[in-house]
Amino acid sequence: MADWADGRLGIYSLAKANMRKIFPDHWSFMLGEICLYSFIIIILTGVYLTLFFHPSMNEIVYHGSYVPMHGIRMTEAYASTLEISFDVRGGLLIRQIHHWAAVIFIAGMFVHMMRVFFTGAFRKPREINWLFGFLLFVLGMFTGFTGYSLPDDLLSGTGVRFTQGAILATPVVGTYISMFLFGGEFPGHDMVARFYSIHILLLPGIMLGLVVAHLILVFYHKHTQFPGPGRTNKNVVGMPLLPVYMAKAGGFFFLVFGVIAAIAGMFTINPVWALGPYRPDQVSTGAQPDWYMGFAEGLIRVMPGWEINLWGHTLVLGVFIPLVVFGLMLVAIAVYPFIESWITGDKREHHLLDRPRNAPTRTALGVAWVTGYMVMLLGGGNDIFATHFHMSLNAITWFVRIAFFVGPVVAFIVTKRICMGLQRRDADKVLHGRESGIIKRLPHGEFVEIHEPLSQDQLYSLTAHEQYTPAEVGPSVDENGVERKVTRGQKLRAKLSKGYYGEGNQVPKPTAEEYKEITSGHGHH
Amino acid sequence: MKKLSARRRHPLAAVVVLLLALAATGGLYAAFAPASKAQADETAQSLAIDEGKKLYAVGCSSCHGTGGQGTSDGPPLVGVGSAAVDFQVGTGRMPAQQPGPQVPEKRKVYSQAEIDQLAAYVASLGAGPITPTEEQYNPEGADIAKGGELFRTNCAQCHNFTGEGGALTNGKYAPSLEGVSPKHIYEAMQTGPQNMPSFPDTTMPEQEKKDIIAYIKTVNGEETPTPGGFALGGLGPVSEGLFGWIFGLGSLIAVAVWVAAHTAKAKKS
Repeated sequence: MADWADGRLGIYSLAKANMRKIFPDHWSFMLGEICLYSFIIIILTGVYLTLFFHPSMNEIVYHGSYVPMHGIRMTEAYASTLEISFDVRGGLLIRQIHHWAAVIFIAGMFVHMMRVFFTGAFRKPREINWLFGFLLFVLGMFTGFTGYSLPDDLLSGTGVRFTQGAILATPVVGTYISMFLFGGEFPGHDMVARFYSIHILLLPGIMLGLVVAHLILVFYHKHTQFPGPGRTNKNVVGMPLLPVYMAKAGGFFFLVFGVIAAIAGMFTINPVWALGPYRPDQVSTGAQPDWYMGFAEGLIRVMPGWEINLWGHTLVLGVFIPLVVFGLMLVAIAVYPFIESWITGDKREHHLLDRPRNAPTRTALGVAWVTGYMVMLLGGGNDIFATHFHMSLNAITWFVRIAFFVGPVVAFIVTKRICMGLQRRDADKVLHGRESGIIKRLPHGEFVEIHEPLSQDQLYSLTAHEQYTPAEVGPSVDENGVERKVTRGQKLRAKLSKGYYGEGNQVPKPTAEEYKEITSGHGHH
Repeated sequence: MKKLSARRRHPLAAVVVLLLALAATGGLYAAFAPASKAQADETAQSLAIDEGKKLYAVGCSSCHGTGGQGTSDGPPLVGVGSAAVDFQVGTGRMPAQQPGPQVPEKRKVYSQAEIDQLAAYVASLGAGPITPTEEQYNPEGADIAKGGELFRTNCAQCHNFTGEGGALTNGKYAPSLEGVSPKHIYEAMQTGPQNMPSFPDTTMPEQEKKDIIAYIKTVNGEETPTPGGFALGGLGPVSEGLFGWIFGLGSLIAVAVWVAAHTAKAKKS
């Protein structure tokens, strides 16, 4: 049987090449797995839901099993969602697994992306894979958004109206795009059917392709690992794919499925029956998108309602600026690997991860970005925070407005200082050993604490990272005394490089000479 | 007649005519006007008003004025009606504890009998919405679905889909409707307390108020079923997102740490 298959598929050589593929062990390397498994769960439950969902905006009068909606006019989409929730066997559970898995999937991608960012795993050769991952995150956001809109309930309808407003705010093409997308005036009769195609076919199709490509690249590049004794840029220390890693990954899939199913079984998500069908003349307070669109919601909520009226046209800056900032924030994180590699000018491959403290400026920039993101997430839920913490909505809005600019700066400075402090502590540990907590009294009465020297392994781990020297612009004249042309780009690069690796922006790691000098018998210090 | 006509140019004639006219008007008024309060009235209503006035003087007059005319600290109560008093005092909002963006609900200070007396006194200051009878607000047999539609059209923009409450500007808020009695919901709609608009019977008939009360009691009552499990406050995506991050992703990361800690290792670290 295996021979038969090998003759046709060549599985022997494939298996030989890949079965012993090594994966390193670290809990943070399993964040991507959480995403992969929740994605699979979403697809499986989504297929089940398509069997019962009617993506139609034809209006009917409801006479199903949910009594508080009897006699209400609603679209078939909403009615079939009620039917899935109350009449289809296991329907509500599957719906809740699908929705919870989506919430967790995108949160998982966010954390996975941050892990890759803060450990520098995006460096050569993994820039493309970083972009694939970024695209998956953004597509995940929009797939989630289109899915959230499908039941055509009052909450999601408000969300779509909000999005339509953002589209309309786009100068020149906004109205055309809106008319094109909704097939006429909002809400029209096409929205649900179109979003359905996008949600179940177009976006997940692209995402599935990207996931496969993402995984192939992980295989091709081999997984990164944290520095440590025996781990170099040229090897991978860990467990083979078969059988150890496969068993672990398979088990982990069921653990993820179990946790999500347990949550879905116990906690309500999006109780559409309580929300009512969408009608453009109705709205509820506390209308928010799912969390991954929350920062976009926040951007619009806290933006002052500026607008410009010119030659009979209105430019709605109050919505258009947030739309631009939304894009910029996403693009900023996407292009970061290219910016950093330009600054370092490093063309080598990196398979060993950085500890975040050893790249203080990068870590600080990442934390600043996350801070801005989280501040806007807070802005997106300003009304809920106002009622539940008994604060003024306006005060929260002003806090968010200020914190969006001040917060990242403060976060940058604080994070950088913490990283530098940790670097100094590492250097101190290398040179002077670990504080043992044992106090010794010397014959002449002095008290000293005994420092235990670190093991060779620990010493290696703490000093394995390499440190860049800042890029120089070079002399302004060449060897012949002729004025050398220094472009603006080179100057900027030198300046940024100094900010990353210059004096005061990283702590020089202890050299072997320093170590020898201190440990060469001058006694404990 | 001749004598009279002879004196019609007398300097005091105008005065005499005026006096006569006044006397006639006054006499007619005295004869036909409804019985005034000056007459001793010993009905239950008037006793309630008297008692209410005493309670009012002690508990309310410092802000609302001795005669309900209002001061800089409280609005006039002329014409607010007994329903407003029953709502404000019955939910403990009045007497207010301290000034602020909004007076919160708290434990009520007066007994229902005292509240009725206060209501009777305030109602006597000027006509206004009357405390509803049980027949008016009892939601039994009302149309829940219609109530839901009315609720989403008129109430949800401040009180949320199922009446969980919501934020207004500058620290004001639309309170949660959980556990509010049908009578108080009815009175709130009738009188429009604090920041709420009023929905008098002319714009929202009694039957529609009943429908709304029935809807609130169905979707946000003590016996409301939550088929999906714990409702997480019924607040929508914010609480769901927080829960998903902290408990969903959080427990998955905990599981990941656990799995990674139980691996076959060449060397235990």
